[in-house]
Amino acid sequence: MTPLLLSAYTATTCLGRGLDATREALRSGRSGLVPCAFETVQLDTWMGEVAAVDAQKLPKSLADYDCRNNRLTQMGLETDGFAERVREAIARYGKTRVGIFLGTSTAGILQTELAYRRRDPESGALPDDFHYRTTHNSFSLAEFTRDYFGLEGMAMAISTACSSSAKVFAAAARQLELGSIDAAIVGGVDTLCLTTLYGFASLQLTSAQPCRPYDATRNGISIGEGAAFALLERCNQPAAGSILLLGTGESSDAYHMSSPHPEGLGARMAMEAALRSAGLSAGDIDYINLHGTSTPANDAAEGKAVSALFANRVPCSSTKGATGHTLGAAGAVEAIICALTLTDGFMPGSPGTENVDPAITVDYLLKSRDGTVLQALTNSFGFGGSNCSLILGVAP
Amino acid sequence: MSRPLTAWIEGIGFLAPGLPDWPTARAVLRGEQAYENAPSVLPAPSILPPAERRRASRVVKLTLAIGLEAAAHAGADVATLATVFSASGADGHNCHALCEQLATDDRQISPTRFHNSVHNAAAGYWGIATGAMAPCQVICAYDASFGAGLIDALGQVVLDRQPTLLIAYDSEYPEPLFAKRPVPDVAGVALLLTPERSERSLASITFRPDTTAAEPLTDAALEALRVSIPALRALPLLQKLARCEGGKICLDYLPPMQLSIDIECC
Repeated sequence: MTPLLLSAYTATTCLGRGLDATREALRSGRSGLVPCAFETVQLDTWMGEVAAVDAQKLPKSLADYDCRNNRLTQMGLETDGFAERVREAIARYGKTRVGIFLGTSTAGILQTELAYRRRDPESGALPDDFHYRTTHNSFSLAEFTRDYFGLEGMAMAISTACSSSAKVFAAAARQLELGSIDAAIVGGVDTLCLTTLYGFASLQLTSAQPCRPYDATRNGISIGEGAAFALLERCNQPAAGSILLLGTGESSDAYHMSSPHPEGLGARMAMEAALRSAGLSAGDIDYINLHGTSTPANDAAEGKAVSALFANRVPCSSTKGATGHTLGAAGAVEAIICALTLTDGFMPGSPGTENVDPAITVDYLLKSRDGTVLQALTNSFGFGGSNCSLILGVAP
Repeated sequence: MSRPLTAWIEGIGFLAPGLPDWPTARAVLRGEQAYENAPSVLPAPSILPPAERRRASRVVKLTLAIGLEAAAHAGADVATLATVFSASGADGHNCHALCEQLATDDRQISPTRFHNSVHNAAAGYWGIATGAMAPCQVICAYDASFGAGLIDALGQVVLDRQPTLLIAYDSEYPEPLFAKRPVPDVAGVALLLTPERSERSLASITFRPDTTAAEPLTDAALEALRVSIPALRALPLLQKLARCEGGKICLDYLPPMQLSIDIECC
């Protein structure tokens, strides 16, 4: 593909709001995980909660969108000057020429979970103040963003579970390549809710301790939440130091709904496709941000795939011990983390992980390390066997 | 500036209330057969092993039915096809059951219900059933879901130069969500899109953005389907294809943006 410029980007997770909080935490090895105390949830697990999400007030004209997921969407958009950069792009290109491609797994389903506690005792009806379209529906964050900026062009939500907001980069890149838009707001937002907390617990995929990706004793995920965005544009001569999307690769496991292909076959196909798309070979990658959920099956399968392609020559880490698994936001969060490694010259470690699983033969970083990264690859894999790898680079 | 988004249609799959498959829909859209409203009929998915077949949800049966119909129509090998799924919602019955249980004191939900709750559940079962390891996209754009799916599918066909199967579909919620989102029944349309014309091509379609209103269907019952089930916003396109008529039509997308489609029949 023709490289695309990330002309603005931002990430908000339990590590804090924006790039500075994120880079400080990743460099120092700080984790944002805390024992789960979300809403009325009673589970022996840890979580990555974003502070002060519910203090966000949506504009009055967009009141029907009010829910935790859109509050976090607005919070993310209004961080690191991202919304300003979007408005400048709209002024430059026009409101029909800026597309929206956002990933989520559960959008604002928490709003429906809460509404089901307030059903009419006679009729069973949901309360009048519950708005399905603008909160629960998977498109709600994309429609909110479109209305927030007064945009009139194409918009879509991509919902492939935990690969959602990696795949948005690929979908937006296609439309930019075709010239059907001039800029794209890409990203992902997912927020804590009962469905995912109790759901992953029902699959015995949550850990009672903070998650520890690639550790020999890893035993499950810590669920997090997050909002991460990038503004993508075509750019013939990017300024030195600019962050570029160089390649995207997508594949399907065709294996199982909630377990990865045991040999990591789909994961390997996605990484190979991303390398092809970028015109790079495995030796060109300086850092890999792993999917690394900290389940026994995911890390083993991904480790096999990474090892098969890169042997143990490329430093890699999962940052989910710091952020938790932000599910549908993870792809975008981790793409932005890759952007930080490219601009700042460091590779993040893996808070929580103590003893790397000896069965996985990759160069796994326990601690943050300084080093020049010119090209970084990030993996995102989801339920249903949906895989996506992205390659980001820095303009010379 | 913009490259035209053009693809050839080689196969069509269809299922809607009163219209169990594309040949029936085609006859009705050609005016050869009267439309009779009836609940959607979902065939048992023979491609799944017997145990999975019994457990398959309505959206899984729906997407397998229309996807396999379109692929068979084109004589394509489903194991090789890239796919774009687009739906305005996930499995409504499963979602209701989860929300109902999470509102009680017993929140120990079933793990199967949980993994079936993801928006890409039908796409996941498609992969397991067909063995397709090609890229699989899963989109939601509420009422604009057909258009969003078509835009991404055309993009893949034009850039990646490979056949891509678009599967746009919707299903109903039970009460109390039905009152908030009254999609009446399951329905969907599948189009096998290819980058080159072949002896199997039925028509070519070229998409451009527009702001023209979609023209209502003259049959009131079909028009009711078009406006009540998001995937069936495609009906004006399907009517042209059924009648082997070229020309330009407009499909509803995301106001004020509409999809203008030029159709050339083969």
